[in-house]
Amino acid sequence: MARLEVKSEVTGTVWKIEKSVGDSVAEFDDIMILESMKMEIPAPSPADGKVVEILVEEGVAVEEGQVLAIVES
Amino acid sequence: MFKKVLIANRGVVAVRLSRTFRKLGIPYVVVYSEADADHPYVKEADEARPVGPAPARESYLNRALMVEIAKETGCDGVHPGYGFMAEDPIFAQMVEDAGIRFIGPSASHIEAMGNKVKARELMAGADVPVLPASGPVGEEVSDFSAYIDKIGLPMLIKAAAGGGGIGMQRIFEADKLAGTIDKTRQLAARAFGDGTVYLERYLQEPRHIEFQMIGDGKGNVRNIFERDCSIQRRHQKVIEESPAPSIDAEVVGKMSDILVNALAGWNYDSLGTVEMLLDHDSNLYFLETNTRLQVEHGVTEAVTGLDLVEAQLGIAAGKTLDQVLPTDISTSGHAIELRIYAEDPVKFFPSTGTLNTFSVPDVSGVMTETHLAEGGVVTPHYDPMLALVIAKGETRDDAIARSIAALEDFAVEGVKTNIPFLLNMLRADVFRDVRHHTTLAEQFSKTAA
Repeated sequence: MARLEVKSEVTGTVWKIEKSVGDSVAEFDDIMILESMKMEIPAPSPADGKVVEILVEEGVAVEEGQVLAIVES
Repeated sequence: MFKKVLIANRGVVAVRLSRTFRKLGIPYVVVYSEADADHPYVKEADEARPVGPAPARESYLNRALMVEIAKETGCDGVHPGYGFMAEDPIFAQMVEDAGIRFIGPSASHIEAMGNKVKARELMAGADVPVLPASGPVGEEVSDFSAYIDKIGLPMLIKAAAGGGGIGMQRIFEADKLAGTIDKTRQLAARAFGDGTVYLERYLQEPRHIEFQMIGDGKGNVRNIFERDCSIQRRHQKVIEESPAPSIDAEVVGKMSDILVNALAGWNYDSLGTVEMLLDHDSNLYFLETNTRLQVEHGVTEAVTGLDLVEAQLGIAAGKTLDQVLPTDISTSGHAIELRIYAEDPVKFFPSTGTLNTFSVPDVSGVMTETHLAEGGVVTPHYDPMLALVIAKGETRDDAIARSIAALEDFAVEGVKTNIPFLLNMLRADVFRDVRHHTTLAEQFSKTAA
């Protein structure tokens, strides 16, 4: 089992969290959607697995490279 | 003319508008959110007023506060620019109700054109060609053969209650139609609580051609040539030009007449742009109408020598079209506008940061408009536009050469920009040979990734 980090590709805010802790996810499934410069930027799962941690809340500001969630694969 | 005007906007368009106000000697007021206080145009304005915290809905979209600032500063006109509240009929009406001119069309025009279904019906009723479409298809309908005959393939299935491309599906083969409609209905029912869909003809690789219109509200309407804005990413334009290259003059002339008649019939009363799609058989189809100054108005100004903002102000002040425009308007040369965005040039993801280097091009025939300077901060709060570069040449090839020289001379460090993408596009044979279309930019991005 590997713990994989889901990182933000942009500086912006968390718009919508699509998955919860415990959810099974496939690679490229969106765990959350970020918003930056009026664009929606998805934060997809890096692999098939299970969401074990969500580290942000909807509406908070995030930095590029910040870890948003952990997926166990 | 106006005594004082409020610019209810920010960024590049605030700079653009202030240029005309200065030329005409009209005092102007700018507003700034907490994120925009340090921009040079805010400091250089005749007056500047804070409009709230960084998020747009608490600042640049705050209708009541914007009207209050206009009243407090003694403005008799409000210019909404483009974006934010430029196409908000409620804001336009609130400004007018406060006894201040909204420098744009009447709220009723904004509303009519803002409703996509209503706008399409109005246009079709005025002999403007629209793409064949079904109208709403309820969940009880199960036989779609009539639609295939009426609309033709390929077609687009859209959720009637949707927007922004959500739930949109393309159909190329008749036997896929029923299954895909089912899927779209389920998706639409889940997302919007309404499974109604509608079907529309899908044009493959069309060009985006738009007509610059202007009316004075006294029944006079003119068309000031056309623009080609086919290079788009994420449905946003990145390269625009005027005149549209290699296009049938007769097709353009006929459409111009139809549009002038249509807008005159509605007594259209400001600047406006009718956007259309051009298929491979030289047919133009209505897309939408923008009831405002367009970002790319500068290419029309570059080839005609007009100041469209000045004409728009004159009309808002009650003048007729004859008083704000010369009788004969012609074009000379060719102009290209490049939108410089703070974003990854391949994935088009936004990029934020501090501009450690920001040096605009110094190339003959090239104008750059920007709200930024070295040391400026690009925040995630607003659109990613850093600057507009407009290159004018004697021919299209000359304008392309100047565009390339300008981009090579534009030094930006601290954020990623789309300049490498723009250079690739300007150098590509498919663009130079006028074989470009609205999906070309996304195809480029895929090849580069």
